[in-house]
Amino acid sequence: MQGVPGLVALVAVSLATLAIGTYGLRLSRTTSDFYVASRSVRPGLNASAIGGEYLSAASFLGVAALVLTSGAQMLWYPVGWTAGYLVLLVLVAAPLRRSGAYTLPDFAEARLDSRRVRALCSVLVVAIGWLYLLPQFQGAGLTLAAAVGAPAWVGAVVVGLVVVVGVGSGGMRSVTLVQAFQYWLKLTALLLPAVVLLVVWRGDGAPGVGAVGDGWSMPLGPGDRGLYTTYSLVLATFLGTMGLPHVVVRFYTNPDGRAARRTTLVVLALLGAFYLLPPVYAFLGRAYGAAPDDTLVLELPQLVVDGPLGDVLTGLVTAGAFAAFLSTSSGLAVAVTGVLAQDVLTGRFAGALSGVGAFRVGASVAVGVPLAAAVLAPDLSVARAVGLAFAVAASTFCPLLLLGIWWRGLTGHGAVAGLLVGGVGSAAGVVWAVADGTDGGWADTLLAQPAAWSVPLAFATMLGVSRLTRRRVPVHTRRFMVRLHTPEVVPVDRG
Amino acid sequence: MSEARPPRVRVTGPPRRRHTPTARTGDIDEQTALGSVYLDSLLREQLALALRVLAVLILTVGSLPLLFHLAPGLAGVRPLGVPLAWLLLGGLVHPWLLLLGWRYVRRAERNERDFVLLLQMDDDLDAEMDGDR
Repeated sequence: MQGVPGLVALVAVSLATLAIGTYGLRLSRTTSDFYVASRSVRPGLNASAIGGEYLSAASFLGVAALVLTSGAQMLWYPVGWTAGYLVLLVLVAAPLRRSGAYTLPDFAEARLDSRRVRALCSVLVVAIGWLYLLPQFQGAGLTLAAAVGAPAWVGAVVVGLVVVVGVGSGGMRSVTLVQAFQYWLKLTALLLPAVVLLVVWRGDGAPGVGAVGDGWSMPLGPGDRGLYTTYSLVLATFLGTMGLPHVVVRFYTNPDGRAARRTTLVVLALLGAFYLLPPVYAFLGRAYGAAPDDTLVLELPQLVVDGPLGDVLTGLVTAGAFAAFLSTSSGLAVAVTGVLAQDVLTGRFAGALSGVGAFRVGASVAVGVPLAAAVLAPDLSVARAVGLAFAVAASTFCPLLLLGIWWRGLTGHGAVAGLLVGGVGSAAGVVWAVADGTDGGWADTLLAQPAAWSVPLAFATMLGVSRLTRRRVPVHTRRFMVRLHTPEVVPVDRG
Repeated sequence: MSEARPPRVRVTGPPRRRHTPTARTGDIDEQTALGSVYLDSLLREQLALALRVLAVLILTVGSLPLLFHLAPGLAGVRPLGVPLAWLLLGGLVHPWLLLLGWRYVRRAERNERDFVLLLQMDDDLDAEMDGDR
């Protein structure tokens, strides 16, 4: 029986994804459909799609394993990933939608009237997207290895293929439907087993309640370095969410600014409901003595319940995990593809490729590179890479978006300087994490969680250089601010 | 956060729409001093609202690491049998974030409604002055 429930779940999820993607293709005809679903997605559906896209391998598998290993201090990950949407809601959601741009580089160019800023943003979108895609493919390999016993590269390649076919054939419209479906699949796949396992746990006499010691209930690490690490993580997740390319691209699919806000509010509810569950798995894992691996969620059902019920529950969580890789990779692939297709492929080979053709070639490149990296270098830490993607996003796109939306004084030069300082600073942390994981002293702590210094540094640089080059504030700035902040019902000239 | 203001009531006569829709927003489009004042007021209002919500977020959720750092004994506190950190970070924080977001959306939409009303009043004022001429 070993492997059968996992295999059934995997095939079912892949088939459902492709079927819904094909159904979406029949509705998806124009280039605008491909990129942003022609901006006609309702808040409820759009919020489910955002939830489906956002809840990645790190949320489905990683959080429970981290909490089991290190206790309550790891709860800051799900809290930060949700609170990031609140920050996004109050500072960015409606103006970003009203900017009327397709992607982050589009926004940067429209706001600052600078090709250089656009090019830099494109590079950053691709970098953050690949940094985030890599652990998704690795997680897929891990999951398949645990569920079916396949070699690690099989899972990565399966997910990569399904994503390329889904994204390349249907674009954003089909992805919207697929991801909305996958949010509810993921919630069900985590909720039902959790309820069954809790019932069994009560029947077993509720073991493990007393075992929750003080150390496991401490929401931060020991000493000043623990405090620094926690606050740096809080800053990276609270501010990084708005800068993730697959999150931002979703806001352009709302009909207007008001709908963008309401969508974000529903997302807060959906994420909150989901993130109640991983701590339950961590607690049960501790009560039943599970091994603290990334596969905790997949192995817990068999550990607690024997027989066919355990098999069914294992199949369910495997399906959910697989949906997590598929949806997040699809969203990231769409975002990276959008940038590649618009800035690289149509620029150089404008004659050779149509809009839709460029999108399909872009999808293959967007998925191919991180897939190759995941297969060739399978030993990078999964959770660290996702955390650092947040730190890089918080140090680059967060200052650009906040100052671009709320401050008239931002200049192209200031933006370039800030993006470079924030990007290089936080990337130093990435390189450090990849090259060396040893824990020496304060220097290691500062590099391992760079957000607490790299975000303020990026803001200061952007502000300072903009003040020095204040003569270069784009002439259309005021008109653009009008467009960002005026409700759509007011018929102003939006440029 | 500020206490709820009573809804703005217009005490003018029945609406007189003699202007075309574009004329109503001419002050903003033409970037006159008056249009600038309108836009600045909306921008200030929305930014102040956003910063108020963020301040509440920092004071409540953001202060928790410092609180537990300064008073490690809190980790042993168990209301309802659940350790405090788990109760707050594993459960209560999520409805709290949703409540903050919900209040923000309501207020932001009200600010925008007020802004639209302000433009309409300006329109009516213009119409009256045209009538006096």
